Amino acid sequence: MSEHDLDTHHTRKSLAGQLSRFLPAEAVLTTEEDLRPYECDGLSAYHRLPLMAVLPDTIEQVQAVLQLCQHENVPVVARGAGTGLSGGALPIDNGVLLSLAKFNRILEVDPVNRTARVEPGVRNLAISEAVAPHGLFYAPDPSSQIACTIGGNVAENSGGVHCLKYGLTVHNVLQVKLLTIEGEALTLGGSGLDAPGYDLLALINGSEGMLGIITEITVRLLPCPQQTRVIMAAFDDIPQAGEAVSAIIATGIVPAGLEMMDNPAIRAAEAFVHAGYPEDAAAILLCELDGTDEEVNEQSAQVEQLLHDNGATTLRVARDAEEQLLLWKGRKAAFPAVGRISPDYYCMDGTIPRKRLPEVLTRISEMSKTYNLQVANVFHAGDGNLHPLILYDANQPGQLELTEEFGGKILELCVEVGGTITGEHGVGMEKINQMCVQFKPVELEYFHAVKEAFDPKRLLNPGKAVPTLHRCAEFGAMHVHHGQLPHPELDRF
Amino acid sequence: MSGDDTQTLQARVNDALAQGRQLRIEGGGSKSFYGQMITGEVLATQQHRGIINYESTELVLTARGGTPLSEIETTLAEHNQMLPFEPPHFGEAATLGGTIACGLSGPRRPYVGSARDFVLGCRVLTGKGDVLHFGGEVMKNVAGYDVARLMTGAMGTLGVLLDISLKILPRPAAEVTVRLSMSPDKALQVMNHWAGQPVPLSAAVHDGESLFLRLSGATSAVSHAQQLIGGEPLPNGEDYWQSIREHTHPFFNDARPLWRLSLAPAQPPLVLEGDTLLDWGGAQRWLLSHEKPEVIRHAVQETGGHATLFRQHDIKAGIFHPLPNSLKQLHQRLKHAFDPGGILNPGRMYPDM
Repeated sequence: MSEHDLDTHHTRKSLAGQLSRFLPAEAVLTTEEDLRPYECDGLSAYHRLPLMAVLPDTIEQVQAVLQLCQHENVPVVARGAGTGLSGGALPIDNGVLLSLAKFNRILEVDPVNRTARVEPGVRNLAISEAVAPHGLFYAPDPSSQIACTIGGNVAENSGGVHCLKYGLTVHNVLQVKLLTIEGEALTLGGSGLDAPGYDLLALINGSEGMLGIITEITVRLLPCPQQTRVIMAAFDDIPQAGEAVSAIIATGIVPAGLEMMDNPAIRAAEAFVHAGYPEDAAAILLCELDGTDEEVNEQSAQVEQLLHDNGATTLRVARDAEEQLLLWKGRKAAFPAVGRISPDYYCMDGTIPRKRLPEVLTRISEMSKTYNLQVANVFHAGDGNLHPLILYDANQPGQLELTEEFGGKILELCVEVGGTITGEHGVGMEKINQMCVQFKPVELEYFHAVKEAFDPKRLLNPGKAVPTLHRCAEFGAMHVHHGQLPHPELDRF
Repeated sequence: MSGDDTQTLQARVNDALAQGRQLRIEGGGSKSFYGQMITGEVLATQQHRGIINYESTELVLTARGGTPLSEIETTLAEHNQMLPFEPPHFGEAATLGGTIACGLSGPRRPYVGSARDFVLGCRVLTGKGDVLHFGGEVMKNVAGYDVARLMTGAMGTLGVLLDISLKILPRPAAEVTVRLSMSPDKALQVMNHWAGQPVPLSAAVHDGESLFLRLSGATSAVSHAQQLIGGEPLPNGEDYWQSIREHTHPFFNDARPLWRLSLAPAQPPLVLEGDTLLDWGGAQRWLLSHEKPEVIRHAVQETGGHATLFRQHDIKAGIFHPLPNSLKQLHQRLKHAFDPGGILNPGRMYPDM
């Protein structure tokens, strides 16, 4: 054993001993075999074993774990279902991986006040399923909703295909209970629609497990719409599809979902689920309208006309629920569909002002040629959130590194056109360097100060989401704020 | 009229910091009644004004903090759009910065969202004299902590709001208000019943005698819901909701202290002396009462809500609901991170921060 391994061994043994005072033996995992399932989240390109994993099932146990880690200066990484796509739940090798999977109970459904009080390990879709008998649903629906947990959704401020109309997680959470690293219980929000003092509830949404450990969440529920309709339109070129999106928004209609796929994504999805997408189209739009029967009929007629007027080559309105599901299936399965045609793929998550889409896609396509890596694009067109999927083969030496570099360039492009490096997946470990591009050092310093207000010893998920200035200095040797590179005349590939 | 006054404001903050002087941020002064009364040198933001970017098809508007709210609303109306959270002005001079700093929202709030829900980003001048940019002009953005929303409702105690980006929405194609006579208890049931149904509800108020419901959306949907709900249509619905939003409704013409109670919408009426107007479908209740502040606060807190002394009489009682110790310390640490010298609106929210 090297000196470092020996240290790790001693720390693990001593910490496990202390944990065993308040956790049953099966709730403390220390062997490599037991820890392997926790080595990564949904971004499997990054993996690392934690010092140990703990699976408490009472709040008092979580509190004791935190107090111990705080006392021993051991970092803590919280984990829900591990479906995150940015490495936010990537373990830290000298840290404890805190699984909240056992907190999976729906504590209370209040149909009159239209709220559900749940534990953080409850799956997103399980909430909507539990409240469906009351004619209600929980609106944010990330693609991973059958598996991802609500605690992770709050940590990442997750979106989904319906957030154009219904908002992100932050818009649909009324109260969060959390424990600080000191083990102190805080309640943010309340029974009403707001709370006194600073809006800490907004701050906790999307804070990536860096400020506290969430132990309970009260979500807002909405009445299920009476009717939904899905329209698919195909286009010969992407700018035309973009125009059609703007035309729909300009009429004052806010669709429940408005999605775009480019040709490589269409072909991959079609080969996988046979949704009936036209494989020769440059782009397709999927538009979902919901509301009362009358509203949907009225808006559907308007949207069909607009799509037609804006150059749609094919227009298909799903006749029944089954066909709606099929049209959506192609979109929702776009990621695995791409996974079938390529050994590996890397999913990016930038947001751009919608009008810059044609330009951004052109530049991605140019970079795709330079890097010799194919890209398929899936786009939440209504709100400008772009998911380029870079196709690569991890078994080919150097391809992952090249893919990461290409992905980084795409994110920097998003910042350059006035957008952001992450719309809904979070920064995590993956986009930490690009944070140096999006934010000035002084802004990052304030982020660190916010963290220290909650976690003075910086033990909660350290090293994620907000880079140190030192890291930025290293990464930024060739960067200047907002993508303005020194010597812009030089090629950087 | 329109201009970027960042440099002046930054110089003023730097001077105040160097000399240990306190600043009182003021836009149009329309909401100076709200919050604790404070002293300090006025830092006027009205020269820092103008719409910087407005793209109707992107559903985004960015304007400087000193821009009059009315100017923004007029511009949006020209494109048949609106500020979705229907902010109260409380005076002609109301500015965007003051509106966001106070974080107040109007009758549409429970059904569409609050001021903070529609804040996408901001440029802010901190108490250290730093000009920072958080969030942006796009709908979805999870890069870094959501400091732009933290600024909303912070009463200027964390920074001076220089520029603010908001998500905007189209105005509904049709809008109808109906009146139904019923008791407050019954009204709470009816408001919460319809809020759980797929009807395009956009406001619900009970003024002590009658329930007023507003329906907004596609023409056909509004007329269908109107048939379902019944009641007597109000010919001047827009004026009615303006009177609720701006507190010009006769209910508010009263010398008693005005309390704002925030609680669960279906919470049965609290037993408190005074008169109540139910807004936000029951989630925001206006109480005119001489009841002791601690009695009101205790009753509301028991239900998980909070009470604000909205128009003040007894300053000693504190304007905003007291925070538990753990949260209070966290607030002080955040205040210290953004304004270590304590020079921006000190005491405007709570006495010691």
